[in-house]
Amino acid sequence: KYYYAFNILKIELYEMGWNLKDGLRECLVAAAPYGGPIALLKGHYRRSPSARPQLEIYSSSGLPLASFPWKSGVVKQLGWTVSDDLLCVQEDGTVLVYDLWGGFKRHFSMGNEVSQSQVLETKIFHSPYGTGVAILTGALRFTLATNIDDIKLRRLPEVPGLQEAPSCWAVLTQDRQSKVLVANGSQLFILDNTACTPVTPPGLSPQASSIVHMCVSFSYKYLALLTDSGHVWMGTSNLKEKLSEVDTKIKTPPKQMAWCRRPKSQQPSAVVMWDGLLIVVGECKETIQYHLDDDSVLVPELDGVRIISGTHHELLQEVPGACEEIFKIASMAPGALLLEAHKEYEKESQKADEYLREIKEQSLLSEAVRQCVEAAGHEHEPETQKTLLRAASFGKCFLSNFPPEQFVSMCRDLRVLNAVRDYTVGIPLTHTQFKQMTVQVLIDRLVYRKLYPLAIEVCRYLKTPEYQGVSRVLKHWACYKVQQKEESDEVIAKAVSVKLADAAGISYSEIATKAYESGRTELAIKLLEFEPRSGEQVPLLLKMKKSPLALSKAIESGDTDLVYTVVMYLKNELNRGDFFMMLRNQPVALSLYKQFCKHQEQDTLKDLFNQDDDHEELGNFYVKASYKDQRLEARVALLQSAVDEYYKAKNDFSAKTTEDEMRLLRFQRKLEEEKDEQLVGFSLQDTMTTLLSVGLHKHAEQLYKDFRVPDKRFWWLKLKALAEKEDWEELEKFGKTKKSPIGYLPFVEVCIKHHNKYEAKKYVSKVTPEQKVKAHLAVGDMEGAAEAAIERRNESEISTVLSRCSATTDHLLMERLNRAKATAVKK
Amino acid sequence: MAHTEWKDAPGLPDFSLLKRLARDQLIFLLEQQHEVDKLYKVELKPIVSSSDQLCFLIRPRIQTVKWISDLVNADKVAGRFRRYKIIFTPQKFYACETVLEEQGVYGDVTTDEWNFYILPLDDDILSLELPEFFRDNFLEGDQRWVTTAGSALRLLQSVYGSFSKVYGIGRCAKMVYESWRELMEDGEQRTRQPEFAKVFLVDRDVDFVTPLCSQVVYEGLVDDLFRIKCGSVEFGPDVTSSDKSIKVMLNSQDKVFSEIRNEHFSNVFGFLSQKAKNLQTAYDKRRGMDIQQMKAFVADELKGLKQEHRLLSLHIGASESMMKKKTKQDFQELLKTEHSLLEGFEIRECITYIEEHINRQVSMIDSLRLLCLLSITENGLLSKDYRSLKAQYLQSYGIEHLLTFANLRQLGLLEEQQAGETLTVMESKVGKLVNDKTVGKLTDAFSSLAKKSNFRALSKRLALVPKSGEEYDLRVPRDMAYVFSGAYIPLSCKLIEQVLERDGWTGMEEVTRMLNGQEFAVTARNKTDAQRIVLVMFLGGCTFSEISALRFLGKERGTYYLKQME
Repeated sequence: KYYYAFNILKIELYEMGWNLKDGLRECLVAAAPYGGPIALLKGHYRRSPSARPQLEIYSSSGLPLASFPWKSGVVKQLGWTVSDDLLCVQEDGTVLVYDLWGGFKRHFSMGNEVSQSQVLETKIFHSPYGTGVAILTGALRFTLATNIDDIKLRRLPEVPGLQEAPSCWAVLTQDRQSKVLVANGSQLFILDNTACTPVTPPGLSPQASSIVHMCVSFSYKYLALLTDSGHVWMGTSNLKEKLSEVDTKIKTPPKQMAWCRRPKSQQPSAVVMWDGLLIVVGECKETIQYHLDDDSVLVPELDGVRIISGTHHELLQEVPGACEEIFKIASMAPGALLLEAHKEYEKESQKADEYLREIKEQSLLSEAVRQCVEAAGHEHEPETQKTLLRAASFGKCFLSNFPPEQFVSMCRDLRVLNAVRDYTVGIPLTHTQFKQMTVQVLIDRLVYRKLYPLAIEVCRYLKTPEYQGVSRVLKHWACYKVQQKEESDEVIAKAVSVKLADAAGISYSEIATKAYESGRTELAIKLLEFEPRSGEQVPLLLKMKKSPLALSKAIESGDTDLVYTVVMYLKNELNRGDFFMMLRNQPVALSLYKQFCKHQEQDTLKDLFNQDDDHEELGNFYVKASYKDQRLEARVALLQSAVDEYYKAKNDFSAKTTEDEMRLLRFQRKLEEEKDEQLVGFSLQDTMTTLLSVGLHKHAEQLYKDFRVPDKRFWWLKLKALAEKEDWEELEKFGKTKKSPIGYLPFVEVCIKHHNKYEAKKYVSKVTPEQKVKAHLAVGDMEGAAEAAIERRNESEISTVLSRCSATTDHLLMERLNRAKATAVKK
Repeated sequence: MAHTEWKDAPGLPDFSLLKRLARDQLIFLLEQQHEVDKLYKVELKPIVSSSDQLCFLIRPRIQTVKWISDLVNADKVAGRFRRYKIIFTPQKFYACETVLEEQGVYGDVTTDEWNFYILPLDDDILSLELPEFFRDNFLEGDQRWVTTAGSALRLLQSVYGSFSKVYGIGRCAKMVYESWRELMEDGEQRTRQPEFAKVFLVDRDVDFVTPLCSQVVYEGLVDDLFRIKCGSVEFGPDVTSSDKSIKVMLNSQDKVFSEIRNEHFSNVFGFLSQKAKNLQTAYDKRRGMDIQQMKAFVADELKGLKQEHRLLSLHIGASESMMKKKTKQDFQELLKTEHSLLEGFEIRECITYIEEHINRQVSMIDSLRLLCLLSITENGLLSKDYRSLKAQYLQSYGIEHLLTFANLRQLGLLEEQQAGETLTVMESKVGKLVNDKTVGKLTDAFSSLAKKSNFRALSKRLALVPKSGEEYDLRVPRDMAYVFSGAYIPLSCKLIEQVLERDGWTGMEEVTRMLNGQEFAVTARNKTDAQRIVLVMFLGGCTFSEISALRFLGKERGTYYLKQME
């Protein structure tokens, strides 16, 4: 049916830089996807204690990154995380995590159940949630952790009828859940959190009595099964659809099997590897066979399979559409014609024009340019890339409004890709992979490999925003730099500050944290000095137990909240004495803490004042406490304490006043008991008012004398109280007791206020001359007011009276006043 | 006030945007909850609700958080299970979380933040609505709101474009500026046509005198008598002449109010009666209308007239009740005393007046206000006076005011002159002997010795108190002094005027020295197109008199001043 059975292409990526004596034989190998690093554990099959296995880490091009003898337990499986960390799963279920450089990072356990029944097999997988570990235990149960950075162990249900290790199994992610697919003989089960469901692949050939191998595609969408009859069944991983089935005619179990398929491709194809033989199976009956010289490992990728052997590193890939169109023999695709046209043009041949015209006649020129650009992206050979891009550029000249972005970004991408594919870097990314992993992640990977200059170049070249690009790389560089033990604190601090000086958004506190973690407290403090936001320095300073510095930095930041944080931390950290001492030197923190205490810890507040010998505040504290208390005895007692403190503070005034208050309270209490009047808690004035209003004049007088109430106050008070009661007789008597210290105008006014003109008039004559006019006016006596004003020859007073006269009734009076005014003015 | 007098005056920015932003965020926060059943005010009392989840929207105050903790604990004791959520606005404080932790309810409560910083109260007034700002910052020394103010500025800048110049005076102003600058460094800059030209930050403690004076412009009086809260006021039965209280929004939407708010009180009544006449005329147009005209009248005008009628009667009611209270002898004497204190004449008489004021228990607050004004204008009270007045005050209002006095002393509002600091006395004695000019020089010399409030010297240098004896026509204000009956130009507003005029503090070194320095002026970026909107931010609150004075200044200079208060 198909003219071409397969469009499979094998490209050599690298000749491996490593020098392995026995190749990959007897090695446990793990290679990370996206052109990641390769880990080898050599000689782990020989279980003699004398010969320790050797763990080696290489780049994809075989350049050594790390090598060390393995001293821990028996390793069952190696694998890489999405952030280039190496996972070593041991027999006892412990997982050790190393970085790319062989540095131990941490370890975690897969649970008691696993460590008891031991690990039988294990698989490391990637999902949108991170890197996961799945384990088949000796008890034939599966335990799974979906994300090793946030470990939640899940033990999957039992597989019915499983007597021995299953013939094969795989992890797949479906419906946002990681599941395990298990084959037990010819039976197939899907295990999820709750159930074990038997499934049947549609159309699996009946000759098979057992499924011996399976693999899931990179995207988890497709599944391939190999049966003992040598058939490869290919279908969707939900087992709803069969895509094809091919007979390999080999009945021995294979070493490895992997999908080799690019995204959106219509052709399913899988790669099966035996010793010395690689077979590619696809939709048709025929297969492609490759001979392998050497022990190899298949590394499935998003858009193909990498084959790593002891000497070579190759990429097996379905030929991309654009490349096929262009490079197919005798192709008439527009891209192919454009390439041809450009070749002729370079040769200065007129054929160029013919080709071009042919494309333009079908108005396919923009399509042709697109094809060339796309094909360039898939090519690994820079020369081919250039040829294709030149052709595209040539074609673009004949297009008026072709958008340039695709071309420009492809040129940029390729430049970056060629740089990272370089043998010395060893990240053999395809363009498709690069787009999938994003620039951000690529920069991360470069940073993990400590390729800081290259990472910065990439950032600058791709114009990544500084904050996510250059600054981030520099931060990582600095974090690495501070761990270099051989250099002195000064040198490192200087180097860091010089390099990072004008980079935006650098968090020095993060770098300092790193320095602290590697045991260099002094360096950390030096680095923190560069941190412009003092608030950022605080958490680390606290961690380093530099609390006084943390406190002053927090205060410097002006962020009260931060100061609180430090204060509360110190409160729990230090003993009370030291804590108070520290606060004492920091007034801002002290006042904040006092505020907190006011609401939460009254007693602490008292202690604070005590420590400072702040008797004034202590006095105030007791006064405040006293009026919160309801019981009289308690109030008096508290006031007594206040008095003592005030005396200590040499504040005689407050002390005396407080003593007076105590006296007043006792007095009020006594009277309350005797006269049944509500008095306790009133101010002196209110007490007197109350007493006068109920007619207890004697007692009011007593207070007046005892508390040295000013005469004026008492007179005002009594005047108002009597007028309020309308006790005019008593008022008159009072007015005559002695000369009024407040004068008699208030008497007039208060009477008028209570609408008693008759009484008011009695006092008018007693008013001083200066206030006469006012008094007369108050009682409404115009004549009297006029008299007084004229007598005093005071112009403004005359005017005041005049303004109050009405033209109709006081005609004569006004004339007299006007005359008097005239004379007054003259004078 | 007619803002349109200046044709080229810039339009005011659209503040509804701020409201919208805040509202959307709150809705987002609340949507995570289920439907809201009922709203309660947070107090210490049991909540009677069958709802199984409670959501609190609160300011980050320790007291409030304690109340909530008590509620939660009460529920626990009663065996009730509810879900609780606290939304802090404008931000969450660590201290609040500590309280939750110490009360043992940290795990029961989820928290969130609603970053609501600015409430636009009017076309030209923004407010942070943080009444505790003053107390926390100036009395307790707690600078927690500094970052809040900084964030508010950042919000304004991100919505309305960046400011070209920032001036400020005061410690807090400086800190706010720093915090804002730091925030701006973190976030990305937006380049857009800026709507504010300049920002002026001023600490309340730079000018304590102005808020201590009785207000005599209409809006100020309404505030003094009825308390304006969040741009609205509640008029009691004596104003509404019915048995109900009415809540009224006071802003430029109220046509009657917007015309009288900045007027001196003595003009208001005349204006209102004129307005009433006009209204009557408008109503009278009905007579002699035919059916068609009547229909048009009812459709187009009547509603507006009715509305105006209602507002007019309210404001007349309000002015009446002001008249009753304020035209009395007492008020006139109070004003006279204040003016004497501001001018520095007849201090003895003033003290006697204050003493009488306290003795007669006229008003607890007014007495304190006068005491503070006396202390600030006179650089503290003589020991003898201080003790006697304090004793009198305590006799009148109770010993607990010992603490009030302690707080006022802490703030520098009411102080006792220390021995050897009796310069003012000497000064006044000398003043009697020599002429006015010499007094001025002497005052300067003395004030530089005693670094106190220096009000006298400041007043001289900035000419805050116009020469007495000149007639001041309050109908046609000459300068900002009109807001205090022509007796005093608010210090804060005068400073703003001077600095903006000079485009900086140069030439005012003497003044800033007397104000304890801490001034700054920063050019953020050179802008050629002169935007004339100035944002004035009072840290610790401002009075309506100051707002009126700034509006006057704005009208004079064709500039808009936007005010922002805490």
